[in-house]
Amino acid sequence: MSEHEQFAEDLALYSLGSLHGAEQAALEAHLATCASCQRELELLRGDVSLLALTAVGPKPPARSRQRLMSAIAAEPQLPNTATATVAPRLQPRSQPPWQPSTSPSWWQAFGWPTLRWAAAAALVLVCVALVRQNSTLQQNMAGMRAQFEAQLNDQGNKLEQANQTLATLLDPEATKIELVAVGSKPQPRGKAIYQRRNRNLIFFASNLPTLPADKIYELWLFPADGGAPIAAGLFKPDARGSATVVNPPLPEGVAAKNFAVTLEPASGSHEAPRGTPVIVGVGE
Amino acid sequence: MPNADTNAAPSDVSLIMAIRSADQSAMAALYDRYSSIVYAVALRVLQDTGAAEDVLQDIFMQLWRNPGLFDANRGNMAAWLAVITRHRAIDALRRRRPENDIADVVLSVETDFAGEADRSRAMDRVRGALQTMPVPQRSALEMAYFEGLTHNEIAEKTGEPLGTIKTRIRTGLLSLRKVLAA
Repeated sequence: MSEHEQFAEDLALYSLGSLHGAEQAALEAHLATCASCQRELELLRGDVSLLALTAVGPKPPARSRQRLMSAIAAEPQLPNTATATVAPRLQPRSQPPWQPSTSPSWWQAFGWPTLRWAAAAALVLVCVALVRQNSTLQQNMAGMRAQFEAQLNDQGNKLEQANQTLATLLDPEATKIELVAVGSKPQPRGKAIYQRRNRNLIFFASNLPTLPADKIYELWLFPADGGAPIAAGLFKPDARGSATVVNPPLPEGVAAKNFAVTLEPASGSHEAPRGTPVIVGVGE
Repeated sequence: MPNADTNAAPSDVSLIMAIRSADQSAMAALYDRYSSIVYAVALRVLQDTGAAEDVLQDIFMQLWRNPGLFDANRGNMAAWLAVITRHRAIDALRRRRPENDIADVVLSVETDFAGEADRSRAMDRVRGALQTMPVPQRSALEMAYFEGLTHNEIAEKTGEPLGTIKTRIRTGLLSLRKVLAA
């Protein structure tokens, strides 16, 4: 751990979720290549989970349990057929058997056949109505279930496609070739895709010059309101000059006017770009 | 609360499997076992019973909707629930959308305990270690963990240098580890 002493304290903060901005980006860049610090982070996360368990207090009020049970009853899961038979039910559901009454009814006692027939007919009508209602409910439920399953499948497929696309884009072993006009020399270039609503930012760069040992590239977001540039991550390109920055920590609700990459000292410039601009956005 | 150490009590894993089969009684059993931990963490962070109840509801509803979120290979249920509750509570405290995806919560396998009795003994030792810690160190650790403050915010709040805060937090965490290893 001694050779990574400069990251030791940041690792502790990172495990607590207390590290942000450029320091977080620098640490994550180091973590990506350092098994020793990855192991230390795992241990620190274990230490942190101990802290959570030290919280003591009163039991939750009984209404919380009732609220939860009502909510899950109103939101039944789709049974998982793969595991439905694995686990035994914990408690038998209370389903008291229907017990026909053995005591004589009042009309039996009075021996009035007409009323008995009328009651029987009414009972038959009620049963028929209930059967019809039950059938309709079952059809509705089957329709809703089929619709829900179809939506789940559709979303699952979309998620799988998105994961595959992202994995391909981020795979360091994937072949990445940039096409340029015949005879021209590849120039450093980048593409920033930013979604203000969710603070999602994906940035790709290519053909970046090899970094001097004491330097690092830093991505900057220039707010549309003319505010100070916001650091959006430190990065080092691979041997081919390619680099990716995905979802760096950014403040909420900032509209972006432009992005730029600068060459900065190895620790980055956290407050404002001080180094040489390398590439800058041209807008769309 | 059911005793997890007795043969009669179903394991956490079997409860999760039953929940996957939409077994509401399994959900009730899991709630009875862990709601105190979840509520204690939420209340410790939020200092508000209503808000803590909302987080409690949110955590168990997510488990109901997606019981596969819990991976027994990544730590024990109590620690996992405590950590994701802390994340959710801090998000609620700062009135921001959830920043931490439950599926992303990683725990060290080192924190696995064989059962409730093991966990209880370990927690007694950790609480004891917290009590014997120098007050500034414990305070920095608790502000970072239970109040969700960054080291910059803690430094501003306490008037201490940033480096001092960083060192206190790291030393505090390492001392907790030593307590369990002893």
